[in-house]
Amino acid sequence: MSQRVEILVGTRKGAFILESDATRRDWRLRGPFCQNWPTHDFVRATDGTLFAAGGNIWYGPSVWRSADNGETWTQSSAGLTYGDDEDKVTTIWKLTPTDGALYAGVEPAGLFRSSDGGQTWSHVAGLREHPSRPEWQPGNGGLCLHSIVTHPTDPNRLWVGISAVGTFETTDGGKTWATRNKGVRADFVPGPPPEFGQCVHKLRLHPDKPEWLYQQNHCGVYRSDDGGREWTDLSAGLPSEFGFPLVIHPHDPKTIYVIPHSGPEAGRQMIDGKAAVWRSRDRGDTWQRLDAGLPQSGAYLTVLREAMAVDSLNQPGVYFGTSTGQVFGSADEGEHWRLLADFLPDIWSVEAAVVDA
Amino acid sequence: MATVPLPRSLVMLFPAPPPRHVEIVSTSLGQLFDELEARWPGMRDRLCEAGPHIREHINVFIDGERERDLATPLSPRSVVHVIPAVAGG
Repeated sequence: MSQRVEILVGTRKGAFILESDATRRDWRLRGPFCQNWPTHDFVRATDGTLFAAGGNIWYGPSVWRSADNGETWTQSSAGLTYGDDEDKVTTIWKLTPTDGALYAGVEPAGLFRSSDGGQTWSHVAGLREHPSRPEWQPGNGGLCLHSIVTHPTDPNRLWVGISAVGTFETTDGGKTWATRNKGVRADFVPGPPPEFGQCVHKLRLHPDKPEWLYQQNHCGVYRSDDGGREWTDLSAGLPSEFGFPLVIHPHDPKTIYVIPHSGPEAGRQMIDGKAAVWRSRDRGDTWQRLDAGLPQSGAYLTVLREAMAVDSLNQPGVYFGTSTGQVFGSADEGEHWRLLADFLPDIWSVEAAVVDA
Repeated sequence: MATVPLPRSLVMLFPAPPPRHVEIVSTSLGQLFDELEARWPGMRDRLCEAGPHIREHINVFIDGERERDLATPLSPRSVVHVIPAVAGG
């Protein structure tokens, strides 16, 4: 059966789908979907359902759902609340489908779970009951829970990443949580690295190596060999330790991609206006710059934390979207790049899916 | 029976969109939102947030007067406009 590759793009003004056959040469754009709502994340679950999430300044946060490939949509935020006397949920940053559930990470930081395909939600309250919670402070992007990492075989095990707060792990399905920031720097606060307060930008795990975690942080790129208990800084060899996204090769847990940006006080964009993705094939010990086909002058692009993805074909494609509306893609693991779409709204998320045509 | 013109951006959120003008029997603004919720599940979440309060950028006018209190009474001939606040960008 032939396959179709999709790049699911969430933007400040709606969700879009770029689609191609498996050659990934010619791309067709569909959308905008979701009534042009600000869309922080846009994913396709393994059963084919499309989910998009974000928040609208007038109508609040909501999760959109389409079971017919984007033809029709419903939306719901039933249960997406901390309660009448608590903080108000303003928007949704991350959706993570699993076999039995759909998780949502929201702002202000918290985790919700749906077991009916996003129609109703339950608060995973244990995270906000962590003793550190009164001291959580928002980062530049807000107090957002942006990374939800599920274990491939243990549904009770889960990691989350919260900007300017750090990484947490639960091993009991969300009842209790432990900080997982040891070895991660927080250069923006005086003294030794604290137990929490690290600014994780993106957290990832490869299902073949569930004890290996990677993160792009405000202060470096890191890996862990033990489920986040200890972290090793991988920034040596990169032109900047600052960036937002990180992705893992779908068939090789040792291969990772990041997009270094100028520092947090230096624009947070492609360094010297030259666009590049950096790849490591040895878990971050050494890095290679990949820029063939990417603009090498005047390209002061920013790629946000959710805006890079890999597809799962034998030779995977790598994709990223910019905050100025371009989508770039490579069909050969990052060796060569092309501009696949331009003039979209500010891109906040890029996900890739391979579906039977 | 209160008359309620609804904004296009709101009715478009529902797969079987409500009419742009609906007639609702209710004695208070809060009850009116309950009735809208009963007819179109999920609509109250779009107009109200935790508290419960009317969402910050949703304006409600009862017979031309802006109201924020869900306990505000309605008369049988009230006209209740629900209007998203003007915002740019």
